[in-house]
Amino acid sequence: MRRSFIAQNPSVLWFLAALGLFTLVITVLSEFTGAGVIPTSFVKTLGKTLCLCLIAIAMDVVWGYCGILSLGHFAFFGIGGYAVGMWLMYARTETIVLESLSTQVIPPTPQEISDAIGNQIFGVVGSSEFPLIWAFADSLLLQLLMVVLVPGLLALVFGWLAFRSRVTGVYLSILTQAMTLALSLYLFQNDSGLRGNNGLSGLQNIPGFETTPQSAVSIVFFWASAAALAAGYVFFAWVVSGKMGSVVQGIRDNEARVRFLGYHVESYKLFIFTVTAIVSGIAGALYYPQAGIINPGEIAPIASIYLAVWVAIGGRGRLYGAVIGAAFVSLLSSWFTGGGAPPINLGFYTVQWTDWWLVLLGLSFVAVTLFFPRGIGGLFDYLVKKP
Amino acid sequence: MNSTLLEVSGLSVSFDGFRAINNLSVQFPETGMRAIIGPNGAGKTTFMDIVTGKTRPDEGHVIWGERSISLLGMSESEIAMQGIGRKFQKPTVFETQTVRQNLAMALKNPRSPFAVLMHRRTAANGTRIDKIAGEIGLSDSLMRVAGELSHGQKQWLEIGMLLAQDPRLLLVDEPAAGMTVEEREKTTDILREAAKTCAVVVVEHDMEFVRRLDCRVTVLHEGSVLAEGSLDHVTADQAVIDVYLGRSNA
Repeated sequence: MRRSFIAQNPSVLWFLAALGLFTLVITVLSEFTGAGVIPTSFVKTLGKTLCLCLIAIAMDVVWGYCGILSLGHFAFFGIGGYAVGMWLMYARTETIVLESLSTQVIPPTPQEISDAIGNQIFGVVGSSEFPLIWAFADSLLLQLLMVVLVPGLLALVFGWLAFRSRVTGVYLSILTQAMTLALSLYLFQNDSGLRGNNGLSGLQNIPGFETTPQSAVSIVFFWASAAALAAGYVFFAWVVSGKMGSVVQGIRDNEARVRFLGYHVESYKLFIFTVTAIVSGIAGALYYPQAGIINPGEIAPIASIYLAVWVAIGGRGRLYGAVIGAAFVSLLSSWFTGGGAPPINLGFYTVQWTDWWLVLLGLSFVAVTLFFPRGIGGLFDYLVKKP
Repeated sequence: MNSTLLEVSGLSVSFDGFRAINNLSVQFPETGMRAIIGPNGAGKTTFMDIVTGKTRPDEGHVIWGERSISLLGMSESEIAMQGIGRKFQKPTVFETQTVRQNLAMALKNPRSPFAVLMHRRTAANGTRIDKIAGEIGLSDSLMRVAGELSHGQKQWLEIGMLLAQDPRLLLVDEPAAGMTVEEREKTTDILREAAKTCAVVVVEHDMEFVRRLDCRVTVLHEGSVLAEGSLDHVTADQAVIDVYLGRSNA
């Protein structure tokens, strides 16, 4: 009398239907179809938001389900973005360089081409040498492999060291903050090999599709982001349902009990930490071509803290809660900080939302934690009556 | 012949100079019940911590099974997989999950993350869960969330989770604490039944409950064995009366 996966997780079907409908509506209204109700820049914003939803469900699995408050998952997101950004930047620069050198009478040697590309990319940091980490930058396939491998390996090594020493709770959170801070500080250096604080730019130009309008490029990335979110949702719903979900939530609620039942708790934490890191990397790889630019500021510790805030506001321990939280808060955030919200004139003082948005966000975070621990997603509990 | 399942010898451990366990030697046969009693600080819980791998002793041996392997140096989960189940003093079940999920998690099955991820429900496991639920009187509560259960039911569920591991040794810490008279009787029945097929070690304060268990008793005092035998035998022992019964009657 085993019930099917969908029967056990009705939210999956609802979520996929809602996401599909959303994707369809946005596509129809976009400039891509000619309707043009939604500008391309907003399609990009929505596509980016879907990527943020994807990392949010990863965060929900590691924190809401497994109880590991990681404040470093944006590091993996950033690594994914850098990995794909390296190929985008290399391939596009190569095209430009080849074009400009083609007018020369004597055909350029491979070394000359390589030097010219290096000069173009690293000129801003006073260098023209390709660092070792760019060894595979000319291959899309290898760089896509890096999107998965580098976050996965980093999470594996970091998690192995942290979990086997039984570092838990706030100490682990601090360690993850330190990890993302260290990575960010390292990348800020000019000799890090990733252009220091300039980061990688021009990522919205997809090599080979120079003549394709951005309205088409943006809609394709929007679809890809929606597909990735759908796949991630189904994958994590599968992971956290069934016996794996039991064990993982058991670890959250009482680690010692799980251990005395014979489960090797550290392996499970490592598994969850690594898998969520990989998904975060994939989310980042889809996000930054839509953002167009990535720099070390993106993986500053505060980014990962926002991630935890989204998940808390959306509702921990339920995947759709994380999606709601990430979409709602990040869109609201860009509305407030982008000058969309009208300033409030109190007579003696004018509330400028660009300054006060963070205060509002902080207050809502405190309010949700204190009064609505189940978050926005918890509202669904009132709609759906338990049998 | 009921041969030795667990043999502890010359065990000592100190915390900040306090000798919690002091040259303790004790043996447990393969089946049957044993009660460990002793005043507070006698080292009862520390003894359990050492056997289950939570605490490392300063010296001594913990020898397990017919192949005489040492449990020292094994992790908690490895020791649990050897067939040692431990019940905590406070009932610790997974309160957000159903009784069935609690028992399913404890069932003896491969424990690696990959095996668990690919786990499929089988009829054999279902039968096993139903059988254990019957033994602990929770057949009608399988789909209930464990957090809703009464205190006594949680205690039984936790014992059921230990039974689901197919243990060879059950270490049970104060199972009767906070129970009503009827609940105690039922707990006694469950433990007695379990003791027919495996070794059950009950740590208990409550003399009435120990009397009901009707088994061999080991008295701990200051980290070592003070007396051992039937309850009547040890309660007649002058040393026991002095350190334990004398004090508690005072």
